[in-house]
Amino acid sequence: MEKRGTCGVQDADASEVYREGELIACPQCDALYRVVPLAHGERAQCVRCGTVLISTRNRAFVRVIALAITVVILMIAATIFPFLSVSVAGLTNSSSVLDAALAFAGGPMFGLSLAVAALIVAIPILRAALVIYVLTPMAFGRAPWPGAIPAFRFSEALRPWSMAEIFVIGVAVALVKVADLARIGFGPAFWFFAALVVVIVLKDGYMNRWTVWKALDQQDRS
Amino acid sequence: MDGMESAGSTRQIVTARDSGLVACTRCSLVWPADKQRCARCGSALSSRDMASMARVWAWLAIGVICYIPANLFPMLITSTLFSKSQSTIVGGAIDLIHHGAVGVAIIIIVASVLIPIGKFVAVAYLALSLNHHVKMSAHGRHKLYEYVEFIGRWSMIDVFVVAILSSLVQLSSVAAINPGPAAITFALSVIFTMLAAQSFDPRLIWDAEEDSHT
Repeated sequence: MEKRGTCGVQDADASEVYREGELIACPQCDALYRVVPLAHGERAQCVRCGTVLISTRNRAFVRVIALAITVVILMIAATIFPFLSVSVAGLTNSSSVLDAALAFAGGPMFGLSLAVAALIVAIPILRAALVIYVLTPMAFGRAPWPGAIPAFRFSEALRPWSMAEIFVIGVAVALVKVADLARIGFGPAFWFFAALVVVIVLKDGYMNRWTVWKALDQQDRS
Repeated sequence: MDGMESAGSTRQIVTARDSGLVACTRCSLVWPADKQRCARCGSALSSRDMASMARVWAWLAIGVICYIPANLFPMLITSTLFSKSQSTIVGGAIDLIHHGAVGVAIIIIVASVLIPIGKFVAVAYLALSLNHHVKMSAHGRHKLYEYVEFIGRWSMIDVFVVAILSSLVQLSSVAAINPGPAAITFALSVIFTMLAAQSFDPRLIWDAEEDSHT
C-alpha cells in the first residue's frame, strides 16, 4: 500500500482484515480506503471520482459555531425589519422577508407559502441551530448533548433544502421586474439578508462532515 | 488491469462491496455487509439501493407532469388601474426582453426552462445508462450527476420572484401583483425532480463501469 503525501486515506485491499472504524468508503463511488492520520491543512480525495473524503482545518468547530450564531442573529433581524418597499403615485407598500414567504397564504396556495417560508427562513435557521447544538459541547471538550447524532444527521439531510442564496437571486430578478412600475426602497433587512448568504456559504465551507462524525463517535465511546 | 486511468491511477479500485462490507453514505464509515443501520450516525445502510431506481422514475415522472401546467397556466397576475394581465413563465421572460432587461430574461429562461428540462433528460439518461451501453464514461456520468444535484435547486428562483413581487406590489387599485396557479405546480416540479436526483444511487454508475471491464 503506497501512501500518497496529500492523502489521508490509503487504498484498502480486499484481503485486509476488517477492523471497525478504520475503513471508509467513498459515498459517491464506493471505493474503499483505510484512514491514516492527516496533518493540518491536508485533505483526502477519492482516487477514482475525486470526491473529498476528509479535510482538516484547525479549530474549525469554533469558527463554524461563530458563523452559525451569526446566521441565527442575521436571520432573525432579516425577518423582523422591513426588506423592500415600493412606491407609486404616493402609495407606498413595504414588505418583510416573512411577507414574501406568506405571499401565497390566501386560499389554495397556503401549502406553497409554508414551503417558501421553510426554504428561505426556517430551514437555514434550523440548520444553524442544529450545528450549534451538535458542536458547542465538543468545541469545549465535553461530551455531546443528547440527540447530537440524529441532530447532525438531520442537519446534513436538510442541506439541499436551504435556499437563502437562491432567494437573493430571486430578489434581484424581482427588482428588475418592478423597476419600471415603481420606485424601490431598500430596508435594513435587505442588507442583513445579503450578508446572511455570505455567512451561510462560509459556514458550510468550513464544516467537514467526516471530522464531526469522528468527533461524535469518539466522544460517544469515552 | 482496470480502466480507471483518468484519475491518475492505474491501480485496481477495491470497493466496499467487493470486500463484503457496506458503507454508510451519510458518514462514510464501513460495516460488515449484513449490518442494517450505521452504529455511528444511525443512517440505514444498503450496499446498493436497487429500489432506488423505482423511486427515481416515480419522482421524475411526477416532476415532468407538474412541469406541464406550470408552463400553460399564468405564473403572475398583474393588475393596474386600467388593465389586468397574466403572464406565464416564458411570457414573463419575453416581457422582460421587451423592456430591455435581456440579462434577467436569460436568468429566468435558464432557471425555469433550460435547467428543469435539462434535468429531466439528464436524470433519465443516467437511469437508462445503468442498463444500456452508452458512450459517456463513468467519470462523465458522475460529473453529470454532480451538476444535476448542484444546479437543480436553482430552478426555485422563479417561485421566489413571484413570492417577492406578490408581497411587495400591493398598492390597492393602482398596481397589484398576485401569484397564478403555475407558481405552485412549478414549485412542486422543482421539488419532485430534486427528490428524483437525491434518490439516484451514484454508486450504480461505477458498478456498471466495473462490470464492463471484467
